[in-house]
Amino acid sequence: MNVNYLFSLATVVVLIVLTWIGVDTLGLKGFFGIIIPYAAVVLFIVGVTRKVLNWANSAVPFRIPTTCGQQKSLPWIQQDKIDNPSTTIGVVIRMLFEVLTFRSLFRNTKAKFKENYRLSYRWEIVLWATALAFHYAFAVVLLRHMRFFFEPVPLVIRLLENADSFFRLEFFSPYFAVGLPGVYMSGLVLLGALLVLLGRRIFLPQIKYISLASDYFPLFLIIGIAATGILMRYFAKVDILAIKAFAMGLLTFNPAVPENVGTLFYVHLLLVSALVAYFPYSKLMHAGGIFLSPTRNLANTTRAKRHVNPWNYTVHTHTYEEYEEEFREKMREAGLPLEKE
Amino acid sequence: MASKIKPAELLARTDHRPPRTGWMDTPVVIREGMYCYASNPKSVEYVGLPNARAWNPLEDDWKLPENWQEILHEGFKERLERFRTFKVFMDICVRCGACADKCHFFLGTGDPKNMPVLRAELLRSVYRKDFTAAGRIMSSLFGKHISGARELTMDVLKEWWYYFFQCTECRRCSVFCPYGIDTAEITIMGRELLNLIGLNIDWIATPAANCYRTGNHLGIQPHAYKDMLDFFVSDIEEFTGVTIDPPQLNKKGADILFITPSGDVFADPGTYTCMGYMMLFDYLKKVYGLDVTWSTYASEGGNFGFFTSHETMKRLNAKMYAEARRLGVKWILGGECGHMWRVIHQYMDTMNGPADFLQEPVSPITGTRFENAKSTKMVHIAEFTADLIKHGKLKLDPSRNDKIRLTYHDSCNPSRGMGLLDEPRYVIKNVCNHFYEMPPNTIREQTFCCGSGAGLNAGEDMELRMSGGLPRANAVKYVHEKYGVNTLGCICAIDRAVLPALMDYWVPGVGVAGLHELVANALVFPEEEGPREMNLRGEPLGAEEDADEE
Ligand code: SF4
Ligand code: SF4
Repeated sequence: MNVNYLFSLATVVVLIVLTWIGVDTLGLKGFFGIIIPYAAVVLFIVGVTRKVLNWANSAVPFRIPTTCGQQKSLPWIQQDKIDNPSTTIGVVIRMLFEVLTFRSLFRNTKAKFKENYRLSYRWEIVLWATALAFHYAFAVVLLRHMRFFFEPVPLVIRLLENADSFFRLEFFSPYFAVGLPGVYMSGLVLLGALLVLLGRRIFLPQIKYISLASDYFPLFLIIGIAATGILMRYFAKVDILAIKAFAMGLLTFNPAVPENVGTLFYVHLLLVSALVAYFPYSKLMHAGGIFLSPTRNLANTTRAKRHVNPWNYTVHTHTYEEYEEEFREKMREAGLPLEKE
Repeated sequence: MASKIKPAELLARTDHRPPRTGWMDTPVVIREGMYCYASNPKSVEYVGLPNARAWNPLEDDWKLPENWQEILHEGFKERLERFRTFKVFMDICVRCGACADKCHFFLGTGDPKNMPVLRAELLRSVYRKDFTAAGRIMSSLFGKHISGARELTMDVLKEWWYYFFQCTECRRCSVFCPYGIDTAEITIMGRELLNLIGLNIDWIATPAANCYRTGNHLGIQPHAYKDMLDFFVSDIEEFTGVTIDPPQLNKKGADILFITPSGDVFADPGTYTCMGYMMLFDYLKKVYGLDVTWSTYASEGGNFGFFTSHETMKRLNAKMYAEARRLGVKWILGGECGHMWRVIHQYMDTMNGPADFLQEPVSPITGTRFENAKSTKMVHIAEFTADLIKHGKLKLDPSRNDKIRLTYHDSCNPSRGMGLLDEPRYVIKNVCNHFYEMPPNTIREQTFCCGSGAGLNAGEDMELRMSGGLPRANAVKYVHEKYGVNTLGCICAIDRAVLPALMDYWVPGVGVAGLHELVANALVFPEEEGPREMNLRGEPLGAEEDADEE
């Protein structure tokens, strides 16, 4: 039994139960539908701003990029312009690859002792593929939700939706209501990726060993979000138009709680709010931090250009005069040149 | 010198499965063979570091100042402001585990606290408690296991000391981290903090004090330094038949100041590399009139301050520019060394520059401008020699190295701190006919550390070193068995000092050589008559002994 994931799971369950009681029994629709989402967004904006400013306030005294390829040196030696950039453009490309394709993670290998204790390294792609699938699916789901906030729905969003539901999983169709607009791949990929990521933490001994409650919590939270979303879309036929009116109300600061949307919607909304509020105060800030990571976002030009340390101060050094003072006799005997005879 | 543990025993107990108890509940056990002795108070005092006293890591009482927690808290805070790396790396790790099995110390010891992510968590757990509101609130509500935030207790401190001196700051973990979290940087901060309350190890403190006083880490005084170089002159003549002039020392007005780690001057097989530099410079002087001076004052390239604190690093590094200015040279050339080059490349100009009293480095022989060293004015000898070879300025006979079946170890710092990967390979291919690369996951930016860097190359922590060097040795073993490789080339003085012991332990039959030892063996001097009979080590040249080696 691992207290870390039980605690995280329990927290998510408690959040769900509280919403259920609050909305269903106590009828606090306004609280869960309006106050909490607004509060979450405020916490998010304040938190992210503070965190980023806080990072930006720390100095970058030395230029220390990790070089993952050949440096720029002699003209006839082929430089690795992306992994060892020497120009701003190179850095931008390196960062784009990092952010959009998780390039460093792509290198991942798994080390293992084979027979006779020979260490071997296998290319390990599961983490990279799952992480990439998770992030992209999440992004698509997020963008799809924009249709709730716009009237008319922008063309890009509609195109994205079409693409997302293009690959219909026909073999599922008998189980779903007739007239369903197709199954969104993104939701299923998201849920699948989350389960793999969670599985890694639970079943791989080393990963389990390093995992904290704060690693399980966001996973359970997002699983909850994805699951309630899927339930609403395919099983609990929620009134989409009512939700859209509600969302636009929130956006235009003219909020009104929706009628006939069922408690499931409030649960979904609360879990999303929890995620939004939790984001800036947790490891989820890696999304912002990656842009500020000095081992990746600096060009490797330290010998070519001088880089100034804002808090540099003078230190006492052992000067040549002091040195010669101490060793003058010995230096003279050895015939070494002296400043003072 | 070798570890008391037999290789088979060491392997048999290397188990990568984590223990049953969680890491916060697994107290640190400081084990013989896995740590370096505490620093000698005299050395600590000499370089002005705090809390100089005799202490023993195995005893309960570490003789810390009364308010050690306060000192560390303040030190932590100060460093968070001074280094964005530190702050960002404390916040953004997602514990994905991509770095976990990239560290040679984890691979070799199986100790989960040697996974880079956990090494960083040792600091991060205290950071959460002391510097984040969420961590503080969560830990008072639910305790340290749920919050991952814990008090800085004596046990935690011991853990810091033990594991920050089980990291060679090699940066391999950083290559794989999706956010570029560099555990080496975290170790640097951890060690700085420890130094604030006098928790150093002697293999760093005493060399640092020596470098400060005599200019080199072995404490060699100027006359002895000169003697040693003069001695090499006669060795070279005896073995190769080539007569060279003794190198110029402390000469004002020379073109170039040459600085190399003093390990090259005083310990085999680094000495052969040193003879290599001397032969190369003599050749260049006779053929092209190159004027190089060495210095006794700045007689250490390696910077033990780098393993102590940024301030100590700066104090030791200052000698290079000071001496270049005093001697009035045009620019500086640096020898084969690992962390020396990380400091030169990434820190020197910022700490002790601008070097506006020097000229932009131009090779007087080929006319090549070293544009990548335009500001620092310091060129790596592998860059310099590669350029000479490319321009056909050296007469080379690679067959003189035919007895050598070479593989090349990318030293961590030049590869992951500079990207110096192809220059040495280019030189190698021109001076050596039999060159075999180790498997791709173990070279270039993915190279494995020798296991003894960052001041851990002491005799007393031999078990740690042999465990840490295991992945490197394993890759050498592969090419040794497959291609009959008998020599491991490198461009780092620490490598030259520690790899022989590692090879003897894991891959007997493989020797260690620096790049310029191989260059000098292949270098054909103008006045040289007849074939050379011996190499710089006084061993007969020629391929006829190949059969024995395989
Ligand atoms: S690879 Fe980076 S993010 Fe992943 S556990 Fe290691 S340090 Fe953390
Ligand atoms: S820097 Fe090197 S020794 Fe230190 S944790 Fe990373 S891989 Fe291990």
